[in-house]
Amino acid sequence: MRYLPHTNEDVTEMLQVVGAANLDDLFSSIPEECRFKGELNLPPDMTEWELTDHMTALADRMASPPGYRIFLGAGSYPHFIPTSVHYLLGRSEFSTAYTPYQPEISQGTLQAIFEYQTLTARLLGMEVANASMYDGASALAEALLMAIRIERGKKTTVAVSKLIHPHYRKVVQTYFKPTGYRIIELPYLPDGSTDLSAVDEIENVAAIALQSPNFFGCIENIKAASDKAHALKALSVVCFTEPLAYGLFKNPGSQEADIVCGEGQSLGIPQSFGGPGLGMFASLNKYVRNMPGRLIGQTTDQDGKRGFVLTLATREQHIRRERATSNICSNQGLCATMSTMYMASVGGTGIRKLARLNLNKAEYLKSELKKAGFRMPFERPGFNEFVVEFPKGFESTYQKLVGKKIVAGIPIECHYPELAGHYLLCATETHSKADMDALVKEVTS
Amino acid sequence: MTERAGTTGLIMNEPLLWEKTKPGRMGISIPKSDVAAAPLDPEFVGEGPNFPDLSEVDVVRHFTRLSQWNFGVDTGMYPLGSCTMKYNPKIHEKIAALPGFAGAHPMLPPDLAQGILRIMYELEQFLCEITGMDATTLQPAAGAHGELTAMLLFYAYHKRKGEKRTKILIPDTAHGTNPASAALCGYASIPVTSGHDGVLSVEAVEALMDEETAGIMVTNPNTLGLFEENIRKVAEVVHGKGGLVYGDGANMNAVMGIVKMGEIGIDAIHLNLHKTFSTPHGGGGPGSGPVCVRKHLEPFLPVPRVIKNGDDYALQYNRPDSIGKIHAFHGNFGILIRAYSYILSMGRHLKTASQHAVLSANYIKERLKDVLHLPYDRPCMHECVFTDKNQEDFKITTLDMAKRLMDYGFHPPTIYFPLVVHGAIMIEPTETEPKENLDQFIEAFKVIVKEAAETPELLREAPTAPKVRRLDEATAARKPCLCG
Repeated sequence: MRYLPHTNEDVTEMLQVVGAANLDDLFSSIPEECRFKGELNLPPDMTEWELTDHMTALADRMASPPGYRIFLGAGSYPHFIPTSVHYLLGRSEFSTAYTPYQPEISQGTLQAIFEYQTLTARLLGMEVANASMYDGASALAEALLMAIRIERGKKTTVAVSKLIHPHYRKVVQTYFKPTGYRIIELPYLPDGSTDLSAVDEIENVAAIALQSPNFFGCIENIKAASDKAHALKALSVVCFTEPLAYGLFKNPGSQEADIVCGEGQSLGIPQSFGGPGLGMFASLNKYVRNMPGRLIGQTTDQDGKRGFVLTLATREQHIRRERATSNICSNQGLCATMSTMYMASVGGTGIRKLARLNLNKAEYLKSELKKAGFRMPFERPGFNEFVVEFPKGFESTYQKLVGKKIVAGIPIECHYPELAGHYLLCATETHSKADMDALVKEVTS
Repeated sequence: MTERAGTTGLIMNEPLLWEKTKPGRMGISIPKSDVAAAPLDPEFVGEGPNFPDLSEVDVVRHFTRLSQWNFGVDTGMYPLGSCTMKYNPKIHEKIAALPGFAGAHPMLPPDLAQGILRIMYELEQFLCEITGMDATTLQPAAGAHGELTAMLLFYAYHKRKGEKRTKILIPDTAHGTNPASAALCGYASIPVTSGHDGVLSVEAVEALMDEETAGIMVTNPNTLGLFEENIRKVAEVVHGKGGLVYGDGANMNAVMGIVKMGEIGIDAIHLNLHKTFSTPHGGGGPGSGPVCVRKHLEPFLPVPRVIKNGDDYALQYNRPDSIGKIHAFHGNFGILIRAYSYILSMGRHLKTASQHAVLSANYIKERLKDVLHLPYDRPCMHECVFTDKNQEDFKITTLDMAKRLMDYGFHPPTIYFPLVVHGAIMIEPTETEPKENLDQFIEAFKVIVKEAAETPELLREAPTAPKVRRLDEATAARKPCLCG
């Protein structure tokens, strides 16, 4: 086996040094009644070439671009990724290292993540960002727990918009179940934004959480939510699934959000069936000691040279044990590095152009569908996705489209029973006018 | 000694990204617009982020230089204890990047995602077989996330029985994340002291286990690299009081094909695919922390579950006892695919991998125990733990020796962990390190021990070969500079 370098001679020599007669002897400290006597029932080992054939055949059974035209967003977005980003990520000095516990020989990871923290803070308009969380959903759960922690557990209710991604809300519920903390969902208005009026009825609110652009693709009034939260001496938590939108639209920080978190997959990370993505997490400086996750800080070495280290570790589980701000240990470091490469590649000039292009594409598809007679129930402006109401019996059209290798959005009725026949569609820079025209032609024929 | 692995070379300085910016440069090819510009409502428009403008060559050179300041498994021996820094096969990178996988949307209708669902279904089966468990969830994104998932399962299990338990037992030789994971579920951690032989005694558990206690979190093999030989009896005690046994499987690399955790009283175990199953550690992640459980915990697993109907795979959501979702989608699928590929490549050799991992650790233990203090002199599993006790007279610490190892071209072992051993040096060589490298490592350590006695200043000044020397961590924490 090519990953196992010990030859029979090596094994014999080493066993002699150890004083064991054979390999089984090495496990003498495991009591007889704990040992598994049989053979593992696994498929016979494959050669590299057999494995490649097997995996290629499985990959070919997936409805992915370029074979398929996929108009799905909802937290996972198709975007072009420069070849240079893939190439750089292939540097195994990044990928085969671990958490930079030994800073002297980990400066590559450390500087890259320091740059990630900085670019993230700039993108979101916040003062400080951590080194990443697992994904947008767990980041939101941790943000809400952090808000309650900041309130020292005195306020234990969070108000969560119903227009936050339904999966994210489910993850929050899972994290909250054993805590006894309360989650109150805020309804939405006819224009596709969150109805904040319900907040006044709620007592003990630690945080108000919105997503912008929200699950319907609409831009929320974050400033109004922040004002409301601050009037109640609560925190304004903003989450997102499509950070590219902040290349064009106002970021949450400029609208006085206190904690901002979400999914960074759009920033140069392949969709990969939803993971690994990138949980982005940022806040105001004054809350940094309540933040979950790792932080990289700048410092100097013995000779006064600039360098970077893991810092403020006293918040973390390996020092503080059960009183830690979170249990997170491994994060999404390589994805954070990848997004840094991407953000550096698009730059300030590029991200604006790219965001504008996303808006234009989605607006084009929207207007063509409108022209074809379909209703867009939510008027609030959006970015690169939107909800459309298709007529009764659209399921068969949807299947017909699949036959033509077009996936026409996601039905959202399972999450919003009042929205039967409504679909969430997405168009990005990867969708050509011809793709969109084909979709419109097929749904109307 | 023979020639050192570590040497110096030309290393380039490189500023921070924004120190290189030149407005007007761009490192991405913007697609041509084939649609009209949509009107923009100024009420919503912002300024856009202050990102640096760089060309493609600027970006490539920047990250290439940064990469050269890093030490990875591909660079050299990385014996970081409890982290299983084994070799990461290159074919897995190519497979994960196949467009069918890399471009797959997580909310595709299941009939359009059969390839991936089959991989997930089969990987669950493989992990069940390796652990001796009945069902697996692949959703947790890392080991600690798996621990949390397991604690949520425990909570849901007890709740279903109409019980609310408030405590959890955690031995002092368990992994560091365990107490924090339990705390997220509202469990108070009750520490259990391990015996003088480094393993849990049945009596210690018996004395603490009661009907208020949800169960115990056992890392097995434990962080001293020792097999918890009383595990069956410990499990009986815990089960006797209605509790559950959680196995932290971070150290599974020692016992694949040798111990089936489901057969020795463990009710739930998480695996670290980035450790045992060879997926790259990525400078801190992404990992993957599937949780395997016995039958009685299966109803509580996160949704959706991948199920098989005939030849087709589907996703099942309707499971009333499920704890819900722990990840937005299906976990770190890109990592799952690498672990699946690894298991298919290894097959029966997985057992050999564990045997060789244990052999290598014992070999290092035997060859270094004359010069380094070995607190538990008994056969170890896949890692061995020394201390700096022999160097105390020279005022040389574990940290000094670790830093000096860098100058010799090795990544240091895990240091000052586990906490039960003062000045711990925890060495996990893994099965993929050739014997010649193990010998070179042993030789380097012996030279360092000699230096500690004769020229201790070399150690206190170490490292001198890397790009930077010891860093001022105190100032970094006192006056944090977290954003440039």
